[in-house]
Amino acid sequence: MEIPYTAESRPDTGLYNAKVGIWLFLASEVMLFGALFSTYILLRVGADPGKWPHGLLNVNLGMINTIVLICSSITVVMAWASLKLNNFGKFKMFQAITLLCAVIFVGIKSYEYHDKFTHYEIQLKDGRVVDGHMKEQTKDQVTVSGHYLHTEEAGAEAKEGHSHQTAEVKHEEITVKRDDIKYMENYGPWHNTYMAIYFTLTGLHALHVIGGALVIGFLWGPGSKMWRTEPERFTNRIEVSGLFWHFVDLVWIFLFPVLYLL
Amino acid sequence: MSNATSHAVPHAGVHADHHEELGFFRKYVFSTDHKVIGIQYGITSLIFLFIGFSLMMMMRWSIAYPGKAVPLVGPLLEKVLGDVAAKGVISGDLYNSFGAMHGTIMIFLGIVPLAFAAFGNFVVPLQIGAPDMAFPRINMASYQAYFVGGIVMLVSFFVPGGAAQAGWTSYSPLATSIPTQGQTYWLIGMVLLITSSLLGAVNFLATIIQLRAPGMTWMRLPFFVWAQFVTGFLLLLAFPPLEAAGIMQLMDKVAHTSFFLPTGLQLTSLGHISGGGSPLLWQHLFWFLGHPEVYVLILPAMGIVCEIIANNTRKPIWGYKSLVYSSLVIGFVSFIVWAHHMYMTGMGMKISTFFQTTTMIISIPSVIILTCLFLSLWGGSIRFNTPMLFALAFLPMFGIGGLTGLPLGFNYSDIHLHDTYYVIAHFHYVVAPGTIFGLFAGIYYWYPKMTGRFMSEFWGKVHFATSFVFMNLVFQPMFAQGMAGMLRRMVDGGANYATANTPGTTGGLSDTMIHTNQTISMAAWCLALAQVPFIINFFLSIKRGKKVESDNPWQATTLEWQTPTPPPHGNFVKTPIVHRGPYEYSVPGRSKDFTPQTEA
Repeated sequence: MEIPYTAESRPDTGLYNAKVGIWLFLASEVMLFGALFSTYILLRVGADPGKWPHGLLNVNLGMINTIVLICSSITVVMAWASLKLNNFGKFKMFQAITLLCAVIFVGIKSYEYHDKFTHYEIQLKDGRVVDGHMKEQTKDQVTVSGHYLHTEEAGAEAKEGHSHQTAEVKHEEITVKRDDIKYMENYGPWHNTYMAIYFTLTGLHALHVIGGALVIGFLWGPGSKMWRTEPERFTNRIEVSGLFWHFVDLVWIFLFPVLYLL
Repeated sequence: MSNATSHAVPHAGVHADHHEELGFFRKYVFSTDHKVIGIQYGITSLIFLFIGFSLMMMMRWSIAYPGKAVPLVGPLLEKVLGDVAAKGVISGDLYNSFGAMHGTIMIFLGIVPLAFAAFGNFVVPLQIGAPDMAFPRINMASYQAYFVGGIVMLVSFFVPGGAAQAGWTSYSPLATSIPTQGQTYWLIGMVLLITSSLLGAVNFLATIIQLRAPGMTWMRLPFFVWAQFVTGFLLLLAFPPLEAAGIMQLMDKVAHTSFFLPTGLQLTSLGHISGGGSPLLWQHLFWFLGHPEVYVLILPAMGIVCEIIANNTRKPIWGYKSLVYSSLVIGFVSFIVWAHHMYMTGMGMKISTFFQTTTMIISIPSVIILTCLFLSLWGGSIRFNTPMLFALAFLPMFGIGGLTGLPLGFNYSDIHLHDTYYVIAHFHYVVAPGTIFGLFAGIYYWYPKMTGRFMSEFWGKVHFATSFVFMNLVFQPMFAQGMAGMLRRMVDGGANYATANTPGTTGGLSDTMIHTNQTISMAAWCLALAQVPFIINFFLSIKRGKKVESDNPWQATTLEWQTPTPPPHGNFVKTPIVHRGPYEYSVPGRSKDFTPQTEA
C-alpha cells in the first residue's frame, strides 16, 4: 500500500507530508536556537557591569556574510519557482549560486575562526598585558603583532570597544620572553563566556549551513534525476530544503546583530 | 455491512500489492515497517528497563547493608568494573554511577521509548487507519539513533572513571568537575537520544495530521492517539533546550568553556576556567525539558488505560472531550511549571510563587482525566482480564503519585521534603506502579494483535497480583522515611545520619527508619522475582499461547482490530472508512455490544 500525500496535498490540511514534517522540525529548531539565545541573554545580563566584550569581531565580514546568505535565500526561492515554471536549466543555475553562497559563507566564517585562534592575550609578570596576533612562537620567546594593554586599560577595553579594529591603535611587533609570561591564552571558546557563546552559536549555525548545503547539493547533483520520473515530488523536495535554508538564513539574521553589533 | 476488511488472512502474500519477500536484514533489522520498528523499540526498551532495574537492585543492597559485599554479583562487579567495586562492595562512586544511570536508563532508554515509540509505532498508524508512518525511513533512523545512544550509555560504564555520577539531572558544576569520561559519554548519548526522539516526534505528528483515514476526524480519534499527539509536541519542543544545554555542558567538558561555571570556582579537576557562567542556567534548561518529560511519561500510559477501560467496561468513555481538552491543556501548561523543581536554588520568592501557581493549575486537568476514567467504570459490566487489572491498578497508583506531588508543588512544604525519599516515593508512584502498569496493560492488550496469540491469563494475573503488592511495599514506606528526613542519594541509606544522632538531640533518623531500608530492599528483590512469570509468559506465548479466534478478540471498536492478524506490511486490506467515534460500546438497538468505527 502506498503512503498517501507524499506528493499531492491532503485536501483538508492543504499540505503534503514533508511540508508538515519540515515545519514541525523547524519548530524544534527554533527551540534549540531559542535556548542558546536565552543563554546569551542570561550570560550577558549576569556579567559584571562593563565586562561584556565588544568589538572583538569584524563587522564588515559579518555584514558580507549576511548579504551572502540573504542572496542565497533569494536564489533558493528562484530555483523552486523555476521548477514550478518547468525550467530545469534555470533551476540548476540558481541552485548553483545558492551552493556558491554557502561555500563563500563557510569560507569567510573559517577565516574569522582562524583569526580568533591566532589572537592572543598575554599577561606578563610585570602586570602588563599584550594583545595581538601570533607571528612566531619559539621555545624561548613569542612574537605577536599587537599592542600593550595596561591593566586599567584592559578593564576599560570592554567599554570603549576593542582596539584592534580601531585604526588609531598602532600595531607593532612585540617580542616577549617565555620567562616573563604569567599566562597566555588565545581567543578560543575558553577565553571568556562571550567567546564561548560566540563559538557555540556560530558553530552550530555553521553545521546547519553545511548540512543544508549537502542536501541542496545532493538534490542539485545526483538527486536531480527524480525530476524526470516524479517532477512534482522533486519540486516538493526543493521547497522543503528551501524552507530549511530560509530558517538557517533567519538564524544568522538574528546572530549577526546579537554577536557583532550589540 | 462493510465488515469486509475484517477477516483472518492465514498466509501473507495474498494481496496483489504486497511487496516481494524481503531478506532477513531488511525485514527485521533495517525495517521501515512501523510495526516491526515498534516491536524493535519494545524489545530494546524492555531490556533497558531490566538493566535499569538491576542497577537499582544492587543499589538497594548497598542501602540496606552498607559496606557489605553484594551477594551473587559482587565478584563479577569487581572483575568487570575494577576498584570501584573492590571486594564486591559498592563504593560511593559506583553508587553514584548506578544512581545516575538508573534514572537515565529508566527514563530515556526505558519508559519513553516503550510508551511513546513502541506503542506509538505499533498502534497509532493502525488506529488512525494509515498504511504506515508518514516517513518510514526517518522512523528507522529514529530507532537506530536510539539504539546507538543506548550503546554509548552502556559503554560509559567501562571507560576510565566509570559512568556519569552526577544524577540523571547532571547538575553543573558537579557534572563538569567529576573526573570521569563517563559524563562526556552521557552527553553524547543524550544528543543521540534527543535526535531519536526528535525524528520520532516529527514523524508521529505528521502521521496523525496527514494520514488519518477518510472519515477519521479529530474528534473521532481514539484517546490514545490524542495522548500520543500531545506527547509528540512535548518531545518536539521541550527536548531541544536540553540538547542546547547538553552541547554547552559538552563544551564545558571538552573545550573548557565556562557556560555553567561561575567566576571564582576553583576545583583542581577543572584547572583554569574563565568563569562568568551560571550554574542556575543548566537547571533552568534541564527542567524546561524535565517537567514536560513527566507528561511524556504519563500521557501515553493514560491513553492505553483509556482504551482498555472502554473496551472492558463495554461502555463509552465518560467525558471523551474533557479528556482530549485536558490533555491539550496539560501539554501547554507543562511548559510553564519547570522551576517547581528549583525552589531550593534561591531563585527568589516571586518566581517561586509563579511556578507554584502554575503547578497547582496543571493538577486540574490531570484530575479531570483521572476522574473521567474513574467515572467510566460506573455501571459497567467489567471484564477483569489481565490488561484490565493493570489498567484499574493504574488509577489509584497514579492518584497516589499525583496527590503526593501537591506538597512538593507548594514551595513551603517542599523545603522540608526536598531531596528526601518522599520525592522518590512520589515520582515512582507516578512512573513505576503508574506508567509501568499502564504499559504492562498495553502489552497484554495488544499482544494478540502482534502475534495472533493471547498471553496466559493465569500467569498474567499472578504477575499482576505480585507486582502490585511488592510495588507498594517498595514505595509506600519511602513516604514515611522521607518525612522523617531521610535524604536521597546516600550510599548507606542514611545510616551515617542515624549514628550521628547523639542522645538528647532530635532530628536524626530512628532505628525503625533505617531498618525499613531492609524491608524495602527485600520487596524490591521480590518485585524482580514477580517479573519472572511475565518474561516467561511473554516469550512462551509467541508459540504456545492460546490462538485468537478472530481479528478482534477483545471485541473492540477501534481500527487496529479491523486488520488481519498480525497486520501485514501496509496494514489494511483496503483503506478503512470511518463512520463513528471511537468508543461506541453497548449502543442501544444494536445486536452486538460494540460497533466498530468502520461500521456504517
